[in-house]
Amino acid sequence: MKTENILEVTDLKTYFFRGKKIFKAVDGVSFHIEKGETLCIVGESGSGKSITSLSIMGLIPEPGGRIESGSITFDGKDLTSITKKEMMSIRGNDVSMIFQEPMTSLNPVLTIGFQVMEPLIEHRKWKKKNAKEKAIELLNMVGIARADEIFHSYPHQLSGGMRQRVMIAIAISCDPKLLIADEPTTALDVTIQAQILDLLRTIKDDIDSSILLITHDLGVVAEMASRVIVMYGGQIVEEATVEEIFDFPKHPYTKGLLGSVPKLEEERDRLIQIKGIVPSADKYPKGCRFAPRCKFARSECFDNEIMLRKVNSKHFVRCVLYDDPLVKIKEEKK
Amino acid sequence: MYIFIIRRILSIIPVLFGITVFIFLIMHVIPGDITSILLGTEATPELKEQLKEKLGLNLPLYQQYWNWLLGVLVGDFGESLRTGAPILPEILNRFTLTFELTIFASIIAWVIAIPLGIIAGIHRNTKTDIGLRIVSLMGVSVPNFALATLLILVLSLQFNYFTPVDYVGFFENPLKNMERLFLPALVLGTAMAGSIMRMTRSSILEVLRQDFVRTARAKGIKERAVIFRHAFRNAMIPILTVIGMQIGFLLGGTVIVEQIFSLPGLGQYVLTGITQRDIPVVQGSILFIAVMFVTINLIVDLLYGYLNPRISYK
Repeated sequence: MKTENILEVTDLKTYFFRGKKIFKAVDGVSFHIEKGETLCIVGESGSGKSITSLSIMGLIPEPGGRIESGSITFDGKDLTSITKKEMMSIRGNDVSMIFQEPMTSLNPVLTIGFQVMEPLIEHRKWKKKNAKEKAIELLNMVGIARADEIFHSYPHQLSGGMRQRVMIAIAISCDPKLLIADEPTTALDVTIQAQILDLLRTIKDDIDSSILLITHDLGVVAEMASRVIVMYGGQIVEEATVEEIFDFPKHPYTKGLLGSVPKLEEERDRLIQIKGIVPSADKYPKGCRFAPRCKFARSECFDNEIMLRKVNSKHFVRCVLYDDPLVKIKEEKK
Repeated sequence: MYIFIIRRILSIIPVLFGITVFIFLIMHVIPGDITSILLGTEATPELKEQLKEKLGLNLPLYQQYWNWLLGVLVGDFGESLRTGAPILPEILNRFTLTFELTIFASIIAWVIAIPLGIIAGIHRNTKTDIGLRIVSLMGVSVPNFALATLLILVLSLQFNYFTPVDYVGFFENPLKNMERLFLPALVLGTAMAGSIMRMTRSSILEVLRQDFVRTARAKGIKERAVIFRHAFRNAMIPILTVIGMQIGFLLGGTVIVEQIFSLPGLGQYVLTGITQRDIPVVQGSILFIAVMFVTINLIVDLLYGYLNPRISYK
């Protein structure tokens, strides 16, 4: 392999147990992130994308949830088998996370400054004075004007966009090797979204880290990703480079997702929608999990579990259509 | 901040005025009058009239009220009809004891309830939590008088321990004072602890679900810091409300516990006043208690601002 992988997830299964029911939120997910790469995970709510990221962070909601099997290798260490204490020293230090809701993700009773300094004091054992200098530098870095004033402010005095910048400052305070961003722009205005994405891109290069970006917004994907994973029903249904996903989507679900994005150049009265809803994680269909909603479904789709298939060296899809030479030829003729 | 305090104090005035009117009227509606109590059942109507005139009870109601109010405004709460002793010094004297008892009981309650409430909240729905919830339910539901009597009986019959009878001030003899107050404070404290613990538990549970707790965990800080630095301060706000209410009630005197432990507290004073139709005593005491109650509420409000920076008093 040419480049090193900062993260390798192999056959990850994260289940939730509620009474007798088992919710297979993440069910056999494998992927990797190369150093310096931005990988996007796309999917509807309930597809398991957020739980995948929380599994990496070791923050699966307890009690009830746990990693059943699989491994998460970060920087050579398997995060599923290390102690809680070791995990704590990695979390917020080498791997950090930005959440969806900037309005509620900061502690309302602590100053911005303290919240930014906290990881530095915890992981680097810095004195308050040094930590303060660094915190103000970080706030400047994420584009907050009057950083030394904001240092003493409380979260409620800041706008959503500014709070997300503060969250980013907290996440990058210890120069993480991997930055996980779970829908970082979903709760923000469109103009602010673009600014935050810009910021993430610059920051990534500045601190030389990799990004795992969770989103349902294909616009964000096009803007940020080098590779894309599409998740459905706790599984990866397609994995490809960003160009391939947009130009040659293979899985009917991916095609459906792309079809449901409005485009300027096309005249269309109604957007294409994928009929039906995401199956609940405690009762997936036996065969292909997308089959009940799929226009191309045939009997074999409902019988056996479908495996990921290789389209080319960087493109994988979980769909029987691509075993059929006829379909393949038809696709290519188009 | 100062403007806020002044505004709050000003807004208290109509409340207190309302209370004085209410108490005054209630006291005059209660059947039975002081003269028969003072003179005995054999007293002649003429004698009663004479006494009424002497005490100013023959005046129209509004005038009686007005005279009393004027006195109160300059700090003269009047004299007890029965003993003739001035009321305010008596109230203040008894209030020292009640105040001390309140503080003592509160500290006992906090020391028991807050840590246990946090533990129950963290270990939600485990055996620990269920056990602690039963204990707190007992704290809330066992009546004061039952627990007090039980304590006295068990200690005296089984362990031959009797609490000292005479009350000495804290600054005269702190040890003896605390020994005297320990049992009543424990009885009051356990009752307080029950509800504080339940509130702490549910408040901590509520806060632990919040996004910022997840953020704190994602920073990789120790779980203890997550609980105390991030969760507890947010959880304090509703707990403080309960504590404020309880202190307010206790400062008003705890009639039953004072009776059982024969403590010369404020509650006892009011009770005697009521049974003897000693109107000025009751009026004065209740007004004093009301002032204490609103003061505690004001302090609680100011503490909110300290705990929660979103509240500002500008």
